[in-house]
Amino acid sequence: MMIDWTSFAPGPASAGGIILGIAAALYVLINGSILGVSGILGGLIGPNRTDWLRRASFVLGLLTTPLWGKYLFQMRTTAVIDADYLTLFIAGLLVGFGARYGSGCTSGHGICGLSRLSPRSLLATLTFMCCGFLVVFLIRHWI
Amino acid sequence: MGQDQSIFSNGSKYLIGVLFGLGLMISGMTNPAKILAFLDLAGNWDPSLIFVMGGAVLIGSVAFYLAKKRTQSFLGGAMHIPTRRDIDRPLVVGSAMFGLGWGLAGFCPGPALVSLGSGEMKALVFVIAMVAGMWLFEQTQKKSV
Repeated sequence: MMIDWTSFAPGPASAGGIILGIAAALYVLINGSILGVSGILGGLIGPNRTDWLRRASFVLGLLTTPLWGKYLFQMRTTAVIDADYLTLFIAGLLVGFGARYGSGCTSGHGICGLSRLSPRSLLATLTFMCCGFLVVFLIRHWI
Repeated sequence: MGQDQSIFSNGSKYLIGVLFGLGLMISGMTNPAKILAFLDLAGNWDPSLIFVMGGAVLIGSVAFYLAKKRTQSFLGGAMHIPTRRDIDRPLVVGSAMFGLGWGLAGFCPGPALVSLGSGEMKALVFVIAMVAGMWLFEQTQKKSV
C-alpha cells in the first residue's frame, strides 16, 4: 500500500466531515429523523409521498450548494469523472436500487448509522466499502 | 403541525441540505476521483475518506446520544430513529449493489446531487439512472404487497 501524499488532505477532510456531522446532528435534533440522502430522495418518488415538500427542500439544498459555495465562499467543485456515460448509467442504477433495497447509503448507514452504533448500518457500511474496494481493484489492477 | 412550523421545517431542511453539501465540497467528497482514490487500496491510496467519516461520526455520535434521550424533536414532532437490529438479505444484497455502483462511478447520492447542481453533465446521467433505480425499487415493493 502506497499513500498518495499529494492528494491526501486530512485537514479539509476532517473539517468537511465535522460539517457533515453538524448537518446530521441538526437534522435529527430539529426534525427528529435520519439524514439519509437516498431515503429522502427515494421518498419523493415512492407511492406514499409523505413529507414531500420537506424532502424536496433538502434535495434542493444539495442541488443549490454549488451556488452558495461560489457566491458566498468563492468555492468551486472540482469533479474529475473518468467513467464513461454507459458506466455512469449502470452505476447509477446500482446505487439507486441498492441504496433503497439496503435501506441506506453513505450518509444514512455510513454517517448516521455508525454514529448511533447500529449493527445493521455497520454491516451495510462494511459491505458497500468492501464491494467498492473489490470493483476498483478489478477495474484498475485486474482487467 | 402549524403553518409557521411547517415553513420553519422546510426552511431548516433546505439550509441543512446546503450545509451538508458544503461539507461534501470542503471535504473533497464531491470529486469521484477522490472517492476512487480511497477505494483503490492497491494503487496510490488516498485515506481522506476515513477522516471525513471520522469527523462526521465524532459529531454524529454526540448528536444521536442526545437525540435518543428525547421524546420530541426541537420542532415538536415525533422522533423517528430506526430501532431495527435484525440482519436480513435485502440489507446485505442492497448494500453490495450500492458498493458496486459506488466503485464503478465514484459517486454516491449526496455528492452526485451536488455535482449535478454545479452543472456536470456526467452527474446528470448518473442522477437520472439513480432515480430510475429508486423507481424500479418502488415497483418491486408494490408487487410484493
